[in-house]
Amino acid sequence: MLKIIRNKLEQGCKTSGYPKEGLNLYQRYRGMPIIDPQCSREIIEQCAALCPQEAIDVAEKSIDLGRCTFCGQCAGVADGAFVRFSQNFELATARREELITTGELPELAEHSSQHFKKLFGRSLQLRQVSAGGCNCCEADTNVLNTPFFDLSRFGIDFVASPRHADGIHVTGPISRNMEQALVDTYTAVPSPKVVIAGGCCAISGGPFSGSEAIVGELNRIIPVDLYIPGCPPHPLTTLHALLSYFK
Amino acid sequence: MDKLLQLKNGRPVERSIIPQVPYGIFFKTLANFVANEGFVVQFFAYGSETKGRYRLLAVVRNTELYVIGTEVGTSFQSLTRAASEKFHLFEREIAEQYGIRPEGHPWLKMVRYHPNYSGEADVFANDYQQPIPGNYPYFQVSGEAIHEVAVGPVHAGIIEPGHFRFQCAGEEVLHLEIQLGYQHRGIERLIPTLPQKRLPLIAESIAGDTTIGHNLCLCQALEGLAGLSVSPGAAVVRTIALELERLCNHIGDLGALSQDVAFTPPAAYFGRIRGDFLNLLQVLSGNRFGKGLIRPGGVCYPMAEEQRGLILDKLSEIIPEIEHVCDLLFSAHTVQARFEHTGTVSSEMARELGLVGYAGRACGLPYDARVVFPTECYRQLPGNCNQLTRGDVNSRATVRREEISHSLDLIQLLLDQRATEAVPVKIEEHGLAPNSLVVTINEGWRGELSHCLLTDDQGRIERYKIKDPSFHNWTGLAMSLRNQEISDFPLCNKSYNLSYCGFDL
Repeated sequence: MLKIIRNKLEQGCKTSGYPKEGLNLYQRYRGMPIIDPQCSREIIEQCAALCPQEAIDVAEKSIDLGRCTFCGQCAGVADGAFVRFSQNFELATARREELITTGELPELAEHSSQHFKKLFGRSLQLRQVSAGGCNCCEADTNVLNTPFFDLSRFGIDFVASPRHADGIHVTGPISRNMEQALVDTYTAVPSPKVVIAGGCCAISGGPFSGSEAIVGELNRIIPVDLYIPGCPPHPLTTLHALLSYFK
Repeated sequence: MDKLLQLKNGRPVERSIIPQVPYGIFFKTLANFVANEGFVVQFFAYGSETKGRYRLLAVVRNTELYVIGTEVGTSFQSLTRAASEKFHLFEREIAEQYGIRPEGHPWLKMVRYHPNYSGEADVFANDYQQPIPGNYPYFQVSGEAIHEVAVGPVHAGIIEPGHFRFQCAGEEVLHLEIQLGYQHRGIERLIPTLPQKRLPLIAESIAGDTTIGHNLCLCQALEGLAGLSVSPGAAVVRTIALELERLCNHIGDLGALSQDVAFTPPAAYFGRIRGDFLNLLQVLSGNRFGKGLIRPGGVCYPMAEEQRGLILDKLSEIIPEIEHVCDLLFSAHTVQARFEHTGTVSSEMARELGLVGYAGRACGLPYDARVVFPTECYRQLPGNCNQLTRGDVNSRATVRREEISHSLDLIQLLLDQRATEAVPVKIEEHGLAPNSLVVTINEGWRGELSHCLLTDDQGRIERYKIKDPSFHNWTGLAMSLRNQEISDFPLCNKSYNLSYCGFDL
């Protein structure tokens, strides 16, 4: 008992002040890209050739954050002449096409459905389904339950049964072997329900694009309401997405 | 023994010098080898020039690494029953991937549920139009008092999918059958079709909690075949990253073990401290799992004074906290009562199954690839030794505790070395040595990781084989549950914390 008290005193309160207070991530963290539209075509072509995810469109001078894994290779070309990555972790969008960005994203809070805000704004229960994920997205969703993020203080919880859920949060490129279980879980959630695609695998197939063993985009089999990009999305990206979209 | 060719970890050899022996000699050589403290690192099939004929390649280890090959048709005599259980899953994998039947295999069932690569008749007579890996008659115990518990693929928490089938008499588990494959993404088949620039991203996503480990295996293999050398500064960063990955996971798992015995303070503290280590990986690489850090030839983000200082400061702050929370957890008698004598696997059983990593070390198998087949900076670093090796949950937890303090020591030793400068590498296509084989081994946090790469006469990747330590250890979990209370399953499961996606590939 004394040891518990001593440890509790040593640990103190570690819960973050976000979203009331801002949070600065370390400068090496790669968040929202800053794109220079004046950049020469030659450099953009070099970036596009280097990109393992084919996320860069040379003609449009855009990056598809639904395909991007934020590996940062493109930012190394000509000292970031075309793209650099900021520490802004607020990346989620309500529509797939909005993730194809030339450096700006629409304000998520304004684009979210008022219908969902009204229904789930005070209490949101989600069932998480891992469908072929590498476990990074799952792990960095799970940490939202640690004392630092403490998700349940916002009235948002991950629940065990789809019957108790208001929606599903899906990660992974939907392996063929999980397709049926995913659809069954979705069906078991009572309507009205919300579908969240977490991470570039669920949004676009991610690094596994082209494999015969996966479905790829979640949107192909279930209509998606909220897209959270990243490989994996930073826990704060997910937290921001949930708070802006539902609160 | 004389039929085997000795290999060096990460050093390529020409395919022409790999011994190709008749199957009878292959069988005898391997049977003798594993009977004398020998273990299987890789055993897989690939295509040959002749239709209907296939090559088998076995990579085995004692204190050295060896390779041997043979050619077979659509069947061969199983080594599992005649020689050792160590071949069990490998033979099932060969049957699933190439449609080659190991005759006399004691339990020939699918591994991941997918059509084979060769177009041969399916060994399991599955209809893959039906997308359900669990569609298969499970082993059943019969009797009036027997009941069955089915769990998964979708589990209660935020975790990966898999199916567990328990045969119970009351609360007692008589048998646990684990059926995976739900996470199968076809990685081994995908890799040979892709440009090299995509490969590190895939290696980093084989098992995300082993991002650094698997990507090191890939990059070392490509470096070996392309003749690239890694600067000492980059090797230091790679080694630190691998140890940080070990720390994140061990610390997180100690917290989860604490949660599973309903002792919540250490669960909350370790959960948060794990985050500190993920953030240190982010300091190094910009990503909490180290994605994007390592690429063939070195690292993309070298460690400068600033990162070095940040890591040192954080360590000096949290090392005392870790020690205090460990003391809180391991000295609580309620915790000891649940940890001790739970989920015991005997040393003989562990040896027979070929368990690796902390699961093996907790049973008295000291093998640590960092010591036996050192890569990066491990040649200059001290190894670790475990005191408690009784094979129960308590031993697995204690081994983790010991490895936490060992890893912290290693990182501090590495940070003392000033030579951490390195030129950041870019991803590019490297010419690979044609007709070659390279095997890479690293001690990931779960245990022995190994990748195997065969190139064709043009230097293209012909076959890429991946082995996660979970491939060896899932059977260990099943054996841990024998005659245990079913309520101890979460505890036993967490003490192993095996990878679904690393197994499913």
